[in-house]
Amino acid sequence: MDLIFLQLLTGLAGASTLFLVAAGLTVIFGVTRVVNFSHGSLYMLGAFIAWSLLSRLPREPEYFVLGVLGAAVATAAIGAVLEVVLLRRIYRAPELLQLLATFGVVLVVQDVALWIWGAVDLSLSRPRWLRGAVEIAGLRFPFYDLVLIVVGPAVLGGLLLLFHRTRWGLLVRAATQDRDMVAALGVDQRVLFTSVFALGAGLAGLGGALALPQGSANLNMDLSVIAEAFVVVVVGGMGSLGGAFLAALLIGVLQAFGIALVPKITLVLVFLVMAAVLVVRPHGLLGKPQAMARGEVEALAPIRQAGPALQLLGAVALVLAILAPFVAGPYLLSVLTEAAVAVLFAASLHVMMGPGGMASFGHAAWFGVGAYAAAFAAKGLGAEMAVGLLLAPFAAGGLALLVGAFVVRMSGVYLAMLTLAFAQIAWAVAFQWVEVTGGDNGVLGVWPDSWAADKPTMYWLALLLCVGGALVLRRALFAPFGFALRATRDSALRAEAIGLDAHRLRLAAFVLAGAGAGLSGAVFAYAKGSVFPTYMAIPHSVDALVMVLLGGVQTMAGPVVGAVTFTVLQSWLLMGDFWRIKLGLLIIALVLAFPTGIAGAAAAAWDRWRGRAA
Amino acid sequence: MGPLAGARGVIVLVAEGLRKRFGANEAVAGVSLAVEPGEMLALIGPNGAGKSTCFNMLGGQLRPDAGEVRLADRVVTGLAPRHLAHLGVGRTFQITASFASMTVRENVQTALLAQKRQAWRFWQAADAQHVGLAEGLLARVGMASQAERPAGVLAYGDLKRLELAMALAGDPVLLLMDEPTAGMAPAERAALMALVRGIARERGVAVLFTEHDMDVVFGQADRVLVLDRGRLIAQGTPEAVRADPRVRAVYLGTAA
Repeated sequence: MDLIFLQLLTGLAGASTLFLVAAGLTVIFGVTRVVNFSHGSLYMLGAFIAWSLLSRLPREPEYFVLGVLGAAVATAAIGAVLEVVLLRRIYRAPELLQLLATFGVVLVVQDVALWIWGAVDLSLSRPRWLRGAVEIAGLRFPFYDLVLIVVGPAVLGGLLLLFHRTRWGLLVRAATQDRDMVAALGVDQRVLFTSVFALGAGLAGLGGALALPQGSANLNMDLSVIAEAFVVVVVGGMGSLGGAFLAALLIGVLQAFGIALVPKITLVLVFLVMAAVLVVRPHGLLGKPQAMARGEVEALAPIRQAGPALQLLGAVALVLAILAPFVAGPYLLSVLTEAAVAVLFAASLHVMMGPGGMASFGHAAWFGVGAYAAAFAAKGLGAEMAVGLLLAPFAAGGLALLVGAFVVRMSGVYLAMLTLAFAQIAWAVAFQWVEVTGGDNGVLGVWPDSWAADKPTMYWLALLLCVGGALVLRRALFAPFGFALRATRDSALRAEAIGLDAHRLRLAAFVLAGAGAGLSGAVFAYAKGSVFPTYMAIPHSVDALVMVLLGGVQTMAGPVVGAVTFTVLQSWLLMGDFWRIKLGLLIIALVLAFPTGIAGAAAAAWDRWRGRAA
Repeated sequence: MGPLAGARGVIVLVAEGLRKRFGANEAVAGVSLAVEPGEMLALIGPNGAGKSTCFNMLGGQLRPDAGEVRLADRVVTGLAPRHLAHLGVGRTFQITASFASMTVRENVQTALLAQKRQAWRFWQAADAQHVGLAEGLLARVGMASQAERPAGVLAYGDLKRLELAMALAGDPVLLLMDEPTAGMAPAERAALMALVRGIARERGVAVLFTEHDMDVVFGQADRVLVLDRGRLIAQGTPEAVRADPRVRAVYLGTAA
């Protein structure tokens, strides 16, 4: 009984910090419609800044409050700068590119934090008053847990007062309903947006600072908290503060009990609860159906088959790729093998993202499932490579069928967040289930059969399977299936009216994408000889997104161009220290320069050039 | 040809006692109607009369609270639009909906593939399928010359024609057209509805349409149904309905 009570308390305390982060995310989304991937980074900065302040300030309670508030204000200021420098320029860009740009910020912040605070976890030496306990009804409760439990509702109350009792709050609520109307009324949107973003950032910073005494400031907290915050915001309903509060309580308590009772499957439990909530209430506990997002009325460029010139170019590139082992050294060959894997990885994501209209932020999950399936075949079954290569797409596709049956009911950012949450769970399973996956140490010795053991043969095999796989996917996209899929994306209403089953088509695209990524993962596993949880981690999912968006979503050649460009960039420019900051700045620059991707920009330039020539 | 087309005198669609309530508002309060092959039936009424609700119940977008819809002798109440499509119900929308990332011809080809249940093919090139049929349909609606243009750049009237061709792809026995001429210039309206009328006659397709433009209604419909506050208040030939005092009261506000 006591244990249950204490666990409940721990859960409620955790819920408070989770709520602070989710509240900031949801407020920012409500007004700016930007899903801020870098929100977790602001949380992390809050924790680091709080550490810097609190480890210098005297250890009395009043200075603790001062330090925490100082961290929140500093984070808010960083948020304001971020909004003015970056987000303001991309409010009119497609949703996905906004997400991608904010992920660029995540990378930049990681390296900046590494540079300032170093790689060591920084924990606070807690003063005695903070470690104390309070006795209630014969039970001793940690004092700080009680503080946190009070902070959550207090902040909720404060925010509700702010939004309902001030003119600024009135404007924020109006902007959440209809941005353009607020602009038409003569309100300076820029100030409003900047201040909202600063408020959201400040809440994240406050959350980070308050979480510090119970843990540490470290470089992993950004991505772990953002996945949780996404879950909370989706379960609560995008843009709803009350919903975020309820969902934070639900998830926080669930996690506390989960860790006490079934530590291994806590995250799976969270995902199942989220699934259950969304089946019953597709817009979350307190969410309302979104007003039509801009994305739905965006003009869609027609997709054309490649012309003869482009097809010739593709054929020449393929011949060069086949001949490469005769001239390339071992390092170049391994880069080229990775590029071949990346081509299928990106092409499979493109199936669901482009023609399917479903952006995934967790595509690496399928890559990883395929890689682990291959590892299982090789080490667990002791089977030949062919078994692993066959098992991988079926394992990934089968799991995609289960997850997809639920995920494809959603659309837009909900869908993207759900795929991210699922991938995070897959990663956690790989990381925690040490007996089977080897945890962080991975599975080593996943070597190809002896006939494919030399580098050139493995490269040719990768080329055959991955480029071949990408061509098969491309074929399906120009087949009736692809047309039908594109039809459901262009106009779901019309697609149903001509007799298409949109749900099943989307699910098929999801499974196809999963199976393709699974195969690429298996090839990668055999080429590298090992499998690690990082194959499923968020940054790898983002790699796939960057490749597709780099190449351009609305062109069929896009993912291929993007995959090769990205792999080459990663191999030469992004090696060594501080690769994250380089990659992050590159992503941001690309989003600002080419909102339609490299292939998209090239296609537009080609059309202009031909138009002038004609 | 659909199963019933051409068999004159057989009822294509029957609706009996349709009801739909939204909160306290009973949008449709017991509507019954029947459509014959080749017939142009107009459903009219002032704003808020329940036309769209009625239409969406017939088209499967809304499930009625009570009542029954039969297509030929089959009960289809509450069936999803995609099932109705396979049973021979073609549909056009008030706000045009086409596939903007495809050419005009590909739009019709996709509709043909869907109607022939060939969407689940992963290998053949889609744009080589049913080319002749697609071009025939486009020629019938006067869009042959625009077959290779992207659907996303069409003028509004041409989009309406494209939608008509797509609705015809399934060889429908019934066309449901919600405000088919909304947003068009008067001359265009008459031309489009004359086209629909010609197609209805030659294929024996029943056409049920809602319309605001009274010139179109009285010029093209064989029969007119008048809805007011969720109930049918009059039906008959255009002449009879035009003369009906209850209809005049609803539209002109004069006492009946």
